[in-house]
Amino acid sequence: MIALPRRSVLAAGLFLGLTGVALAQAPAAPSGERFITVASTTSTQDSGLFNHILPLFKAKTGIEVRVISQGTGQALDTARRGDADVVFVHARAQELKFVEEGFSTERRPVMYNDFVLIGPKADPAGVAGTKDIVAALKTIQEKAAPFVSRGDKSGTHAAELNLWKVAGIDIAAQKGPWYREIGQGMGAALNTSGAMGAYVLSDRATWISFKNRGDLVISVEGDKRLFNQYGVMSVNPAKHPHVKVNDGKLFADWLTSPEGQKAIADYKIDGQQLFFPNAGQAGA
Amino acid sequence: MDVGAIFQAAFALVVGLDPGFLGIVFLSLRVTLTAVLIAALIGLPLGAALALARFPGRAAIIVCLNALMGLPPVVAGLAVFLLLSRSGPLGPLGLLFTPTAMIIAQVILVLPIVIALTRQVIEDLWGEYRDHLRSVGLEGLRAIPTLLFDGRFALATALLAGFGRASAEVGAVLIVGGNIAGYTRTMTTAITLETSKGDLPLALGLGLVLLSLTLAINAIAFGASRIGARYAG
Repeated sequence: MIALPRRSVLAAGLFLGLTGVALAQAPAAPSGERFITVASTTSTQDSGLFNHILPLFKAKTGIEVRVISQGTGQALDTARRGDADVVFVHARAQELKFVEEGFSTERRPVMYNDFVLIGPKADPAGVAGTKDIVAALKTIQEKAAPFVSRGDKSGTHAAELNLWKVAGIDIAAQKGPWYREIGQGMGAALNTSGAMGAYVLSDRATWISFKNRGDLVISVEGDKRLFNQYGVMSVNPAKHPHVKVNDGKLFADWLTSPEGQKAIADYKIDGQQLFFPNAGQAGA
Repeated sequence: MDVGAIFQAAFALVVGLDPGFLGIVFLSLRVTLTAVLIAALIGLPLGAALALARFPGRAAIIVCLNALMGLPPVVAGLAVFLLLSRSGPLGPLGLLFTPTAMIIAQVILVLPIVIALTRQVIEDLWGEYRDHLRSVGLEGLRAIPTLLFDGRFALATALLAGFGRASAEVGAVLIVGGNIAGYTRTMTTAITLETSKGDLPLALGLGLVLLSLTLAINAIAFGASRIGARYAG
C-alpha cells in the first residue's frame, strides 16, 4: 500500500520532533564568556576539592574553570598537546620534566597530603599498624599477598613504583600473579582492592572521601616517604599560542595566594582536612 | 549495599530536582537526540539511495557499514579526540572537550546503524512494490521519498536502535567531552564518576533514571507510530 507523497509526514518525524523539544528546553550551556581548561588528577576531583574551591575562584574572578580529571601522566600529555591551559598534578619529577621540555615556564608547589597503604581487615601480609612502608612492601612481595597497582602512569602509580625501587625490588621483573595492574583511576583501584581483598596505595584524600570501603582499612601510614606534593603549572604560550595564558596564570596565582591557600585548608570531610597548603615552602 | 538505597538515591535525584542533576539529564538528551537527528538526516536518504542504486563496490560498502555497527565507542572517541585535539588537524576549531565534540562522536556511532538498517528496510520494500512504483512512474532515486514514507515504522525502529546506542555509550563521550562538571558531564559519565568515587547507590540511582528516560522515549515513539498507523490506515 503506497501512500501519497503529500501525506509524507514520517512517523519517525514525530520522534525527531522530540529533539526540537529537548533542544528548546535545554538550558543554554554555561558557555561562560571566560573559562579556562585545567587538566588535573582524579584525586583532586574525586575528593571533592574542586567543588569546594572553584566556586570561590569564580566568584572572585568571573572565570569558569573546566576540569578534566585524569591520571597525572595523562593530564600532562593533555597539556602537552595544547588541550589544557593549566595542569594541577602530583608527580614532582614528571612536572619538572614538563617545565624542562618548555611546556611551562614555572612549576609552583600548592599543597600536600600523604599516601596511605590500604589493605583488607584480615591483613594477609601482617603489616597492619606498622610505620615502615618499605618494609611492608617487602613483606607483601615475599608473601605474595594480593596487591593492586594503578598501572596508569598517574602520580600515585609513580609514587608506588618509586617505593618498590626504594625497597630494592625490581617490580617489573619480580611481579607475580599477586601483583595486579588495572590501568584505572584511584577510585576504581579501591573498588577492585575491596573486591579482591588486596593491598593498594592510595592518596589520603581519595581514601577519606571514598564511600565503598567494605573491608578495607588503612594498613600503613605516617612514613615520611609517603609524602604527596601537588604542583600547578600554566602552559607556555610559546609552545601553544592559543592557551589562555593570563587567565591560566590568574588561577595559578590564586591557588598559591593566601586566599586560595585558605580555601584549600578549609576543605574538610567529617572534620578531617584533606589537603595542606604549602605554596610558600621552598623546594616543595 | 541494599537495593532500597538504589531506589532511594534515584528517587532523591528525581524529586530533589537538583539543578546540577537536571543539567546532566538535559545535556544527555541534547547530545544524544541531536546526534540521532543528524544521523537521521544523513542516514535515511543515504541508506535508501544505497538500497536502490547499483554500482561497483556496493556489496563491499554494505558489508563495511554492517561491520561499523559494531564500532567500539572508545575507538570512535579516540579518533574524534585526535582530530579535534589542538595538536590535531581540526585543533584550531577548539572543539575538544565541548558538547559539540560529543555530538560528532555519537553521530559517527549512530550513522552506520541508521544507514545499514535503512538500506535493508528500503531494499525489502523495493522488492515488494517495484512493479507498482514503476507503473506510477516512480523509479530510481525518485522512489526514495515514497519508500521512506512507506517504511516509516521500521525506520523509526532503526532510529530507536541508534538512540539506544548513543544514550548508553560512555567510552566516546568520556574521551572527547572530558566529563567536565556542569559542561560535558552526561548521565553515563556521571555514573562512571560516581562508581569510581565508590558511591555505588548514587551510580545505580543515576542508571535507574537513565533507564526510565530511555523507556519513556521508546514509549513515546511507540505511541506516535500507533497514532500514525491509524491515520495512515
